[in-house]
Amino acid sequence: MADKSVRPPAQPRPVRTLVILFILVVAIFGAVAVGTQVAPGNASFTPKLALDLEGGTQLILTPKLDEGAEGGEAEITDEDIDQAIEIIRQRVDASGVAEAEITRQGQANIVVGLPGTPSPETLELVRQSAQLRFRPVLAVVAPTPMDPAAMVAEDPAAPTPAPTDGAPAAPEEIEAAARTAADTDGDGELSTEPVTEPTSNSDTAWMTEQLVYELYTLDCTDPDNLVGGDVRNPADPVVSCGSDGQVKYALGPADVEGTDIASASSGLQTTSTGATTGAWAVNLEFNGEGTRLFRESSQRLVSLPAPQNQLGIVLDGLVISAPTMSVIPDGKAQITGNFDRESAAALANQLNFGSLPLNFEVQSEEQISATLGTEHLRNGLIAGVVGLVLVAAYLLWQYRGLSVIAVASLVLAAILTYGVIVLLSWLQGYRLSLAGVAGLIVAVGITADSFILYFERMRDEIREGRDLVSATREGWARARRTIVISDFVTLLAAVVLYFLAVGGVRGFAFTLGLTTAIDLLVVFFFTHPVMELAIRTRFFGGGHRLSGLNPESLGAVSAPPPPAPRAPRPRRTAEAPSPAGASRMTIAERRAAEREAAARAAEPDRTSDEPVSTSTGEER
Amino acid sequence: MSRLSTLGNDLHTGRRSFPIVQRYRTWLLAAAVLVLVSVLLVAVKGLNAGIEFRGGSQFTVTGTSRLEVEPAREVVDTVGEGEAARVTTVGAESVRVQTQELTAEETTAVREGLAEAYDVPVEDVTSSFVGPTWGQDITRQAVQGLVIFLLLVSAVLSLYFRSWRMAASAMVALLNDLVLTVGVYALVGWEVTPATVIGLLTILGYSLYDTVVVFDKIRENTQGLDEQDDRTYSEAANLAVNQTLVRSINTSLTSILPVGSILFVGALLLGAGTLRDIALALFVGMIVSTLSSVFVAAPLQAALQERDARTRAHTAAVLERRAARAARGDGAGTGARTGRGTSARTASAASTATAEPDAAEEAVVPGRHQGRAAQPRRKKTRR
Repeated sequence: MADKSVRPPAQPRPVRTLVILFILVVAIFGAVAVGTQVAPGNASFTPKLALDLEGGTQLILTPKLDEGAEGGEAEITDEDIDQAIEIIRQRVDASGVAEAEITRQGQANIVVGLPGTPSPETLELVRQSAQLRFRPVLAVVAPTPMDPAAMVAEDPAAPTPAPTDGAPAAPEEIEAAARTAADTDGDGELSTEPVTEPTSNSDTAWMTEQLVYELYTLDCTDPDNLVGGDVRNPADPVVSCGSDGQVKYALGPADVEGTDIASASSGLQTTSTGATTGAWAVNLEFNGEGTRLFRESSQRLVSLPAPQNQLGIVLDGLVISAPTMSVIPDGKAQITGNFDRESAAALANQLNFGSLPLNFEVQSEEQISATLGTEHLRNGLIAGVVGLVLVAAYLLWQYRGLSVIAVASLVLAAILTYGVIVLLSWLQGYRLSLAGVAGLIVAVGITADSFILYFERMRDEIREGRDLVSATREGWARARRTIVISDFVTLLAAVVLYFLAVGGVRGFAFTLGLTTAIDLLVVFFFTHPVMELAIRTRFFGGGHRLSGLNPESLGAVSAPPPPAPRAPRPRRTAEAPSPAGASRMTIAERRAAEREAAARAAEPDRTSDEPVSTSTGEER
Repeated sequence: MSRLSTLGNDLHTGRRSFPIVQRYRTWLLAAAVLVLVSVLLVAVKGLNAGIEFRGGSQFTVTGTSRLEVEPAREVVDTVGEGEAARVTTVGAESVRVQTQELTAEETTAVREGLAEAYDVPVEDVTSSFVGPTWGQDITRQAVQGLVIFLLLVSAVLSLYFRSWRMAASAMVALLNDLVLTVGVYALVGWEVTPATVIGLLTILGYSLYDTVVVFDKIRENTQGLDEQDDRTYSEAANLAVNQTLVRSINTSLTSILPVGSILFVGALLLGAGTLRDIALALFVGMIVSTLSSVFVAAPLQAALQERDARTRAHTAAVLERRAARAARGDGAGTGARTGRGTSARTASAASTATAEPDAAEEAVVPGRHQGRAAQPRRKKTRR
């Protein structure tokens, strides 16, 4: 901002801006109101609360190795625990529970904190151990559910229920159509028994009516179905999504159990001569029993047509990989494909983890009452309200008429923040934690600061001798810059904390960032336009002595005469002499100096007050 | 109008001015002493680590009418040995008991004992066990976030202000705030919980925010400094600090009032709790942040800037010219003023020192512009 000249600010359109803002507020609350009608269970006008405010269920799990399992490792490593936490987190996140705290405790405990009253299904998901199985692929289809419009009586062995157009059908339609399509013998029942006795795990006779129905209806593009945790009986065929949600599989009964893996590692692919090709691969090694089973499986699969020559590796109910098989006689397999270093390591990790006969033993499962409890929350809120009333009183004392605009801005920011939090509670499952409340408390100061800055700059301009209208404009132009950079710093802090922290800190960072953004919105789209409008009124524009903009009391001398009777002079004190002729002189001199400076340089110095002291560090 | 806005007027015109930047040695020394005291407090007295950092068992008795501490102590003493239990009342009808790590049998025994002692059913005594890793994890991540944040902010501020000195000063002020707040925690002896860590992180944002506001005014005042020779960099910076003083006071009060009332309610009514922990960190941190913006960041920045070759040359030129004018004897208020209780007369005389070599006396000089007020007035047209 090198130019010190008065830039004519763009012609403000205060009314239009305010209308836009009003529409935005209405839209937010309207959305929530619609949500309460559409999804009464989820949307409401009160935000959801996190574990520390609402209480919830805390589970402490200890991973235990299956005693009866043969082979495998006898030790649970740190990586295994991490992998277990990862799996549990994935399950919980996908089940729509937000702010679940999943942490390690000590050497081998996993603590899962679920806010609110988690459903029995969610709890079950957490308790379940992850299972790794190798199942032969029966069919591979697109991830979307079938399109009823494209329904033809198809060969159940090769269903291609891909939608023909973009319009998704209603779930009921899909179910009905799938039911009809899957019910091949037309008896109205979906049988779970294979029509003919399957000869092997790869036999398409495993595609029972029930399985086909599931294959038709399962929607792998829906994140909810990528939860995993659906651990089925290894002797039954299943329908599973690929873990990336790109593809849907029908799988036969398990050929090999993950516990038969002796080790899995990632490394560069080697050819038969031992030279590396530079591509990444995952190496698997099976134990005795696993080697035998895997050999049989590979011999069977290798001669089958695609996709039945693929072996699905199913971890926790999701197909993490489905490599095409070649014959593996010695129990040493290598999975190759489009791996890079990370993805190969990730798959090897998953395989290692799945090779553990791991069960989670629930150490304790307790309902914990909120650390704050309703009483705490209520008292805290009362305190917050008292604080806000004090702030309003202080602003009134300081800014007189302007405080109306200030308090209105604060209230609007509060309303907007509340609206957004409620909206996010519904759409994102956001839960307000105590740390979040802390962020909100800080926001009061940062929001108030924006218009305090603005008002002070306005007053400075009035002191410089501008008339009220141009002081409003110029003060805004100057304050705006400071508001933006300082809020930017706060936003930066919030973003960094959000991405680097977990748990409570994250909740705090989120509300801090949210309120800072809302602060910017309010000051630009409310405080400033309202000020523009207010300055056109007699009360503010005329510099009424209660308006907080009275040039007299601000020590300016060049104000237009207020239409109201003149205010009495402020009380004089020895420290603060009232601006009399001397001050007039000062302004006059200053103007003269400015003109001279303008003549001397392209840029007159705006604030050419007199020097404050002659030398630095002078003792007095 | 309130006294504060009158003060604001005088600070703005420079009629009154606190020699904040000029006295930078005093402030920086005071800050250094306080930091040292904080470090010593933490080193000697130590921080009272909460259960999340130490690990242990925690029991909460809810719905009890007895709020004495002794029964709980006795129960824990009979069961385990080692350090004494920490017993705090939470709210109006709960008691929280923290012990070291207990075995499963001991836990059951304590639960039953507490239920008996406080006359509640065993179901109303919840027990939980906290491993020492949780607090460490959250702290490690907080520190990691802090470091990355500091690097980023240094870059942003250096770019925005085009001055590494401002970025460095802001960082010094920030660290000063964090250390002092931790020091206050050591002094008060309240538990340091993850909530406290969150409070400290909040301060980091607030402290920088406040410093940036002051620096932005300094930047505005010191632009085009080379084109005039009335004022040294330090003087311009000092005027900026003084001009934002009223804003600093107002902002800090509006920020501190809600936090203060929560702290007050928290400490008096609620007993120990997350809200109280956060509130104390915020309360102390906000006060310290506001003070450090004015008394640490700004003076330090000016002092650093005065070591810059160009600024030094400019300062020398200003002082030289001032001395020359004083020697010529037009004496228009070039004497040193500290702005403390100067009479109106000297103040006005001083305030007429302008860019002109032959500055006017207090009398009106014919042909001079008198300001807008002296112009014939037009009716203000309503827009």
